[in-house]
Amino acid sequence: MQTFRGIAVSPGVAIGEAFVLDQEGFRIPNRFVDRDAVEDELDRFRHSVEAVSAALNRNRQEVAEQLGEQYGAIFSAQLQMLCDPQLQNEIETHIRSRHYSPEYAVSRTLRRYAKVFQNLENKYMAERAHDVVDIERRLLQELLGRQREELSHLKSPVIVLAHNLTPSETANLDRNFVLGFVSELGGPGGHTAIVAEALELPAIVGTGPILSDVSGGDTLIVDGENGLVILDPDEETIQKYRQQAASRKTQRAEWQSLRELPAVTLDGTELEIKANIEFPREVEACLDRRAAGIGLYRTEFLYLGTEEDPTEEDHLNAYTDVIKAMDGRPVVIRTLDLGADKMGRGQSNQDEKNPFLGLRSIRLSLRNLPLFRTQLRAILRASVLGDVSLMFPLISTIQELRQAKLYLADIMEDLEEEGIPFDRDVKIGMMVEVPAVVLMMDRFVKEVDFISIGTNDLIQYSLAVDRSNRDVANLYDASHPAVIRMIKMTVDAAIKEGVPATLCGQMSANPIYTSLLLGLGLRSFSIPPGAIPEVKNACRLTEIGHCNEIAMKVLEMDNGQQVSDFLRLEYARLRNLTEQEEGNVSG
Amino acid sequence: MNEMEASQATVSGTVSIKNRQGLHARPADRFVRLALSFDASVTIVKDNQQVDGKSILNLLTLGAEQGTQLEIRTSGTDAEQALAALTALVNSGFDED
Repeated sequence: MQTFRGIAVSPGVAIGEAFVLDQEGFRIPNRFVDRDAVEDELDRFRHSVEAVSAALNRNRQEVAEQLGEQYGAIFSAQLQMLCDPQLQNEIETHIRSRHYSPEYAVSRTLRRYAKVFQNLENKYMAERAHDVVDIERRLLQELLGRQREELSHLKSPVIVLAHNLTPSETANLDRNFVLGFVSELGGPGGHTAIVAEALELPAIVGTGPILSDVSGGDTLIVDGENGLVILDPDEETIQKYRQQAASRKTQRAEWQSLRELPAVTLDGTELEIKANIEFPREVEACLDRRAAGIGLYRTEFLYLGTEEDPTEEDHLNAYTDVIKAMDGRPVVIRTLDLGADKMGRGQSNQDEKNPFLGLRSIRLSLRNLPLFRTQLRAILRASVLGDVSLMFPLISTIQELRQAKLYLADIMEDLEEEGIPFDRDVKIGMMVEVPAVVLMMDRFVKEVDFISIGTNDLIQYSLAVDRSNRDVANLYDASHPAVIRMIKMTVDAAIKEGVPATLCGQMSANPIYTSLLLGLGLRSFSIPPGAIPEVKNACRLTEIGHCNEIAMKVLEMDNGQQVSDFLRLEYARLRNLTEQEEGNVSG
Repeated sequence: MNEMEASQATVSGTVSIKNRQGLHARPADRFVRLALSFDASVTIVKDNQQVDGKSILNLLTLGAEQGTQLEIRTSGTDAEQALAALTALVNSGFDED
């Protein structure tokens, strides 16, 4: 039994077999093979060499015909490498004597050569590392061909382990067979976290090196409450987690019974609980949970995992699906909220040292007007299909907001001239994520129709903590009194101006904060659909007078530990009170 | 000299890499293909490094640039012919420049 610690980004418990994706997204299934299987595995390896060498030969001929013999020779050298007797010998020895799987033996041996080449002083020769890595890739593709397909056609439930899951990988996973996620990189709010939350599966990210310790098929427990990954758990531990998983299931069933009931406090104050989504298909989960609307429709997925920028029609199709499915309920579409570093299309001129302080979100949009224009046109065109609002992320100066609005007005004129219908009164809002904006909130609220507080970024910027950095992640704390004050300042300014405010960060999905946030004056949350039942339940247990008291007490406190201890206790008290009352009634 | 002794005979010679790009992938490919056409074993020595002259990957790990001195050792029945042919190939600069 071995325990790894990471950052818990999506709650729940998963117990199951590991499914390991290596850095290139290849699954190295088992690193070892049975003694009896050695001859078969050697055959499999030799077949893969034959197949790759046939492919290289074809490439050589094609290139030689099109470009001339000297270009074809590039492949000839690669063929020579593939058929290198020393290489074959090394790989076969690994398989025969150490019982390595062909995949593992190929990967190890070729990477060793790649490393030697990389270290050569002559740059031109060091380039040969690419040839070797390419051979590795081709061989693995050949060896894994079928298994790789399995990623989208899994046959049994697994826990997916990866160095870093790419958006397209996560999007293509067969959700029926994925129990949970573990990734070496990543942080809260990262892609794996968002997808795991949307799928309502437990996920741990930022574990650091773990792939080298886990082989495909190993038994794992993912503890999404405490951020633990347990490898080869003993029977006692498995039992403990089985019980936890079972009681969680019971609780979910209980919450599900609240489905048709309103999110209203004991004294009749209504809370609007909307949902955050990324992919159009998540609308189903929102409808199932009776979300009041989509409070945050992230649109980054349209830009990720593709080589080309999405067209206006791509945008429009994605928006139309969601708006139609929500059938008149509000949908807030957020414009692109990505860093140039994540776009992978060379929008960034330099390697950003601090991507979170760099060219991202609205800054990137305003610098790439054609890109921005495509999205704004699509949102405007979609605005006639339902109750649609538009939201700008990461506003940090009033000029940015004005510039974005001005540009939107230009596009409205264009559409009018073209005779394309849109809603001229489409509501325009902004995300509140930057401390500077909180301090200037009284000015900003005069220029927007609504605001949405993005606590994930607001906390990171207020506390100067990169939440994906394991060394400081513990300093990332929604309970920090400064964060509570920021929220209060924002909400006060919005209430004074009569501007609706929503909180759409992870904070509002955690039921321990529900009473506090109501006490601070918030009446609207936007959270992952899976969290709706629990937050609704927390809302129905409390009353607004009590919430106000909680807020007053918390605003007197001077540290995050004190705040979170107090809130936890309050939440536990509320739940126990109800259980006791129920006990009294039935008894 | 009987046949047994002849098959064990080792001959060697020193060459200097002439082409500008050094012993990179394409020249190494040609060298290995030629070496493989002989029965004799071929060993290449550079300073303290000694590699199999029939393995392109090992040959490339030498990182032999223009001007690098290499010792070619061949051993086996056609050792003499192998040494002569390989030496000629290196001296031709692999017809590169």
